[in-house]
Amino acid sequence: MLRLASWKVASILALVFAAMLLVVPSFLSEATVAAMQARLPSFVPLRQIVLGLDLQGGAHLLMEVDSPSVIKAQVEALRDDVRGKLREGKVSISGGIAVQPRGVLVRIADSAERARALTLLAQLDARIGGAISGGNGHTLDVADNGQGAIQLTLTDAATTEKVKRAVSQSIEVLNRRLNGSGTKETNVQQQGADRVLIEVPGLQDTSKLKDLLGATAKLEFRLVADAGEAPGDYETLPEQQGGTLPVEKRVMVAGEDLVDAQPSFDSRTSEPDVSFRFNLRGGQRFGQVTSENVGKPFAIVLDGKVISAPRILGPITGGSGQITGNFTVEQADNLAVLLRAGALPAKLTVVEERTVGPGLGQDSIDAGKHAAFVGGALVVVYMLATYGVFGVFADLALGVHILFIFASMSLLGATLTLPGIAGIVFTIGMAVDSNVLIYERIREESHMGRSVISALEAGFNRAFATIIDSNVTMFVAAVILYLFGSGAVRGFAVSLGLGILTSVITAVTMTRMMIALWYRRGRPTHLPI
Amino acid sequence: MKLLRLAPEGTKISFMRFRRLSYPFSAVMSLFAVAMFFLVGMNFGIDFAGGSQVELRAKAGVADLASLRAKAEKLDLGPVEAQRSGAETDVTLRLNVQPGGEQGQTIAVNKLHQAFDADYEFRSVDAVGPRVSGELVQSGTLGIVVAILAVLTYLWFRFEWQFAVGAIIGTMHDLLLTVGFFSVTQLEFNATSIAAILTIVGYSLNETVVVLDRIREVMRKYKKLSTAEIVDMSVNAVLPRTIMTATTVFLALLALFFLGGHVIRSFSAAMIWGIFVSTYSSIFICSPMLIYLGVRADTFDRNVAKPDATPAGANR
Repeated sequence: MLRLASWKVASILALVFAAMLLVVPSFLSEATVAAMQARLPSFVPLRQIVLGLDLQGGAHLLMEVDSPSVIKAQVEALRDDVRGKLREGKVSISGGIAVQPRGVLVRIADSAERARALTLLAQLDARIGGAISGGNGHTLDVADNGQGAIQLTLTDAATTEKVKRAVSQSIEVLNRRLNGSGTKETNVQQQGADRVLIEVPGLQDTSKLKDLLGATAKLEFRLVADAGEAPGDYETLPEQQGGTLPVEKRVMVAGEDLVDAQPSFDSRTSEPDVSFRFNLRGGQRFGQVTSENVGKPFAIVLDGKVISAPRILGPITGGSGQITGNFTVEQADNLAVLLRAGALPAKLTVVEERTVGPGLGQDSIDAGKHAAFVGGALVVVYMLATYGVFGVFADLALGVHILFIFASMSLLGATLTLPGIAGIVFTIGMAVDSNVLIYERIREESHMGRSVISALEAGFNRAFATIIDSNVTMFVAAVILYLFGSGAVRGFAVSLGLGILTSVITAVTMTRMMIALWYRRGRPTHLPI
Repeated sequence: MKLLRLAPEGTKISFMRFRRLSYPFSAVMSLFAVAMFFLVGMNFGIDFAGGSQVELRAKAGVADLASLRAKAEKLDLGPVEAQRSGAETDVTLRLNVQPGGEQGQTIAVNKLHQAFDADYEFRSVDAVGPRVSGELVQSGTLGIVVAILAVLTYLWFRFEWQFAVGAIIGTMHDLLLTVGFFSVTQLEFNATSIAAILTIVGYSLNETVVVLDRIREVMRKYKKLSTAEIVDMSVNAVLPRTIMTATTVFLALLALFFLGGHVIRSFSAAMIWGIFVSTYSSIFICSPMLIYLGVRADTFDRNVAKPDATPAGANR
C-alpha cells in the first residue's frame, strides 16, 4: 500500500496528461482544430469526438436490395445458358424449359438425348468460393429427376454469392451517385446480408436523396413499335409526360455502354438536356440503328418509363448524343449523375428512415450536458458529505474517469450519441461504486480494530475481487448490448463498456495513489471516514 | 467534520426472516407483471411496432393539437396519435404501419411533409418498416437471453452453482417487474428500453454479486453458523455499500430524468425503477435463495485447499 514507486506515479500522471491532450480538440471549434492541424506535426492526434446523427442532425436511410429479383434474374440467365448450351450441342428440347423459383426444369422425352443433355448441362456448374466460404463449393445441382426431365437448381452458395455481389455493386453505385451529386461526408456501408446503410450528416430533406438513391437508372434505347407489329414483340410503357407509348421489347443500345453523361443545353431550344457518349461497341451499334431507322421515333427508356421519343433525323455515328425530355436544370443534373454512376443491379427499397433536425440535435446536446453536470455535481457533493477527504479522492478519480471515457472514445473514433451521453451519466453514478466498495471495506476493517495502515491495505485487497466480479457482469451486459443493439443503442453500449473499464482503472489505481500519498504526508493515526 | 451516513452501521437486521413475506410478495408482483404484459400489453414504439413518427415544432405560436390531428386524419393514413412533447410548440405525431410494404412508411412521411411543411418545422422523422421492426424485436430478445446465459456461465465458474441460480432467479424477477413497469405506466417501449433492461440486468447482477461475494467469504470464515445467520451477517455487512451505491446511481439518473430531455425520459424512468427493484431483490430474493438451495458452510470444503475446519483468519 505504502510502497508506491515513483515511476508508477509518473506514468499515471502521464496517462492523465495524454488523455487531456486527446480530449482538448473536442472542445475547440472545427476551425481552430484545422488551424492547429496545419501547424502541428501530423502524429499529434487532433481528433474530435464524432457526434452521432441524433446529436449533429442528419439523415439515416436503411435500404434493402431486392434479393428475390436478383435471384429471379439469376434464374432467367440460367435458362438462357441452358438454351444456348443445348442449341450448341444440337439437343432438341422436346418438352420445353420451365422456370422455377430456384432453378429450371428441362423436359426431354428421349432418354438417350436426355443423357447427352445431362453431360452438357453439367458443364454449366461452376466452382465458387471453396471450403472457406462455407457453401458446398459449386453453383448448380444438375440431375435427372427420373420423370423424363433434367432438374437444374441453383445452390444456396450461388444465390448468396449473387446477392452479396449485388449489394457490393450497389454500394459502389451509391457512392458514385452521392459523390457525383456533391453530397459531402456521406457514409455508405453494408448492413446484414442484403442491406445498405446511408448516413448523410446535416441533411434534412430526404425526398431528393431517396430519388437519387432509389432509382435503378437502367437506360435503354428502343424503337417505337410500328402499327403492324406482332403483339408479342412490343409492350406499352408509361411516358414521363403522361400517356403511354407502344415500344419494341428489343433493346437496341443499353446504358451499360455509356462512358460519360453531362448536363448540357439543347443548341436550338436552349432547354436543359443530357449529353452522353458511348464506348466503341455502343457507338457502333447506335450508329447502325440510327442509320437503318431514319425518320422513325427512337424511345429513350429509363427504369421502364419513356423519357422521350425523338425522331431520328439522320444517322448518328459519332458515338454521342443528347437526351431531351423537358427537363429542369436540376433534373438534367440528376439524370447525368445517375447515368454516370451506372445502374443498380437490383431495386433498392427504403426500409428504415430517420432524420434529425439540427434544432433537436442541439437541444439533445444541451439536455445531455445539463444532466451530466447536475448528475455529476450531486454525486460529487454526496461523496464529499459521506467520506470527507476520501470523498475528495473519489471525486478526483471520478473526474479522471470522465476524462478517460472521452479520451478513449476519441482514440477509438467512437460515435457519441444521446443514449451514449445517458450511458456516461449512468457510469458517473456507477463509477464511484468501486470507491464505495473500497471505503466501506476500509471502515469495516478499521472498526475491527486494525491500525490505519493495515485497514487501508486490507480494504483495497479484499474489495478488489468484489470489484472485478461485480464489474464483469456489467461489462458483459454492455458487450452484448453492443453486439445485438443497433444505431444509437450501440452508442450507449460503447460509453457503458468504456465507462466500466475506466472506472475500475481509476478507482483502483488513482484512488490508491492518492491515499498512499495522503498517508505518507501526514501519517494519520485514525481514519477520517 | 461530521460525515453523512445514510446507512446505520453495525446493523443486525435479520433479513432472512422477511423471506416468508418477500417471497409471496414477489411472486404476486411477478404474476401481476406477467398478467399485465399479456392482458394490457406494452406501448411498443415504432422501433418494434413499425410505423412512422415525426416531431413537429410550430413555426409561429403554439401548436394546435386538435387542428393538427384533424388535418392529419384527413390524409388517409389510418389513426393518428398526436401529443405534446416537451414545450407547447412541440408535437409528436405517430402513424401505424402503413399498407404497401416497406415503402409505405416513406410515402406516409412524404404526405405529412406536404401537409405540414408550411406551418411546422420537422424536428425529427422516424419511419420503420415492418420487417426491420420485427428483426429489432428478435435481436433485442436474443440479446437479453444471451446476456443472462453469459453471466450465468461466469457466475457458475466463479461461484457455486447455487449462487448462479440465486442470481439468475433474482435477475428474472427484476426483468419481469421491469416489463410490468412498462406495461403499467404505458411508457413507450423502444430500442433504448432494451438498453435500459440490459443495464438493469447488469446492475441487478452487480448488486447480487457483491452480496454473494461476501456470503462466500463469511461462510469460509464461520463454518459453525447456520446459513441464515451467515446470510444475515453478510447482507448487514454490505448494507452501507448497497445503499450508498444505489443512492449515487439514483442521483445521476434523477438528473437524467429531469434534465436529459424527453427523448430518453422513458429510459431514465425504467432505470430508476430498476435500481430499486435490483436492490430489493439482491437482499430479499437472491440471498435467501441460498437457504432454499441448501448451501451450507461445508459446501466450500471441496474448494478450499486446507481441509482444516478452523477459521482461516485474515487470509483467504
